[in-house]
Amino acid sequence: MNSDKVLDAKGLACPMPIVKTKNEMNELDSGQVLEIHATDKGAKADLTAWAKSVGHELVNHAEEGGVLKFWIKKG
Amino acid sequence: MSVNPMTAKEVATKVVNKESFFLLDVRNEDAFQDWKVEGENIQYLNVPYFDLLDGVGEILPKLPQDQEVLVVCAKEGSSIMVAEMLSEEGKTVAYLKGGMKAWSEHLEPVKVGDLKDGGELFQFVRIGKGCLSYMVVSNGEAALIDATRMTGVYTDFAQEIGAIITHVFDTHLHADHISGGRKIAEATNATYWLPPKDAQEVTFRYQPLEEGQDVTIGNTTITIQPLYSPGHTIGSTSFIIDESYLLSGDILFIDSIGRPDLAGLAEDWVGDLRETLYTRYKELSDELIVLPAHFMIMEELNDDGSVSEKLGTLFAKNHGLNIEDEAAFREMVTGNLPPQPNAYQEIREMNMGKISPDEEKQREMEIGPNRCAVR
Repeated sequence: MNSDKVLDAKGLACPMPIVKTKNEMNELDSGQVLEIHATDKGAKADLTAWAKSVGHELVNHAEEGGVLKFWIKKG
Repeated sequence: MSVNPMTAKEVATKVVNKESFFLLDVRNEDAFQDWKVEGENIQYLNVPYFDLLDGVGEILPKLPQDQEVLVVCAKEGSSIMVAEMLSEEGKTVAYLKGGMKAWSEHLEPVKVGDLKDGGELFQFVRIGKGCLSYMVVSNGEAALIDATRMTGVYTDFAQEIGAIITHVFDTHLHADHISGGRKIAEATNATYWLPPKDAQEVTFRYQPLEEGQDVTIGNTTITIQPLYSPGHTIGSTSFIIDESYLLSGDILFIDSIGRPDLAGLAEDWVGDLRETLYTRYKELSDELIVLPAHFMIMEELNDDGSVSEKLGTLFAKNHGLNIEDEAAFREMVTGNLPPQPNAYQEIREMNMGKISPDEEKQREMEIGPNRCAVR
């Protein structure tokens, strides 16, 4: 899946994956996609709920070799 | 202003003492609705931490002026962040050290009774998840019943009181939590007993637990008398200890009864459940002190934080023991079931020895309340 930027949040514990995601999203334009790599298991539920609450779209997510990947399109 | 960590033990003490405090839970709304720190005098506010990244100004008016606020999250990271932000606004704040993970894993030993010749009975209260396990001690020997996966708590406790663990029992194959029974038995060379009807698919060796095979602890006469009591599972077995205590497993609780569906056979087992509760238990002495394997609500805790009640009192007051009509009973225990415990199939497989997930995964499997009862 295509993305405009990749954020490596592997090894970071909550709340850092979301804090970093939020900062990166601020740099993007509406419609652009940020790809996030995380290992914190809680990231899935939190990123999903956070994206919804601020109006971004979680376009896709996947798990590859223990790494959780998310694609979020800026709203 | 500084931010103070509060341990799960300290929070448990507050809950048992029915202290009033304010809890700000910064997990997702779903997670909060599903499971939280329960207490009779807790006031709650749930705002996910990711809604507070730009500041805590919006929630300040909702927090008490003159009371400490305890911030809680899943592991602790987000609660520290939010607590620090609140502290900068002048609030007196603490956070739950280790978060809900630590809350789920905290065990509090409470002595529930004296046995013959100086023997003692301890209840280990897992307050965050509502699980109860037991240690019977007599003359330097100890037996464990329904131990949780926090095995070090039991082995350390036994060491402190100078007892050697010689027998480990599970009343049934658990579906809500991971049993520590096998691990403890392996580490201490104790005998691990399981009801054979629940253990047909297990991958390890165990001693079949059957009615009539009393076990003696210590060199005196503390007997652990198994009583076959199916219904929650087909193998469920209760214990009568020292002729005074009835360890009822997941069959009978203080304010509810066991659910028959977690191994997939509610319709088949509802008859067994009724037979156990309404016939087998009815034949026992009303004076027996019932010690269950779970509690569901904080109201079930006694003032000292233990969970127990006389069998006679339960026959008088527990709704699940007072449904005359068999069809109505059947409807109650099969028609009105709460959601199943988190990952209950995986937990059963783990307890059978079929899978061996790592500790992080085990924690995740055990998230949430136990949900073994119907009311």
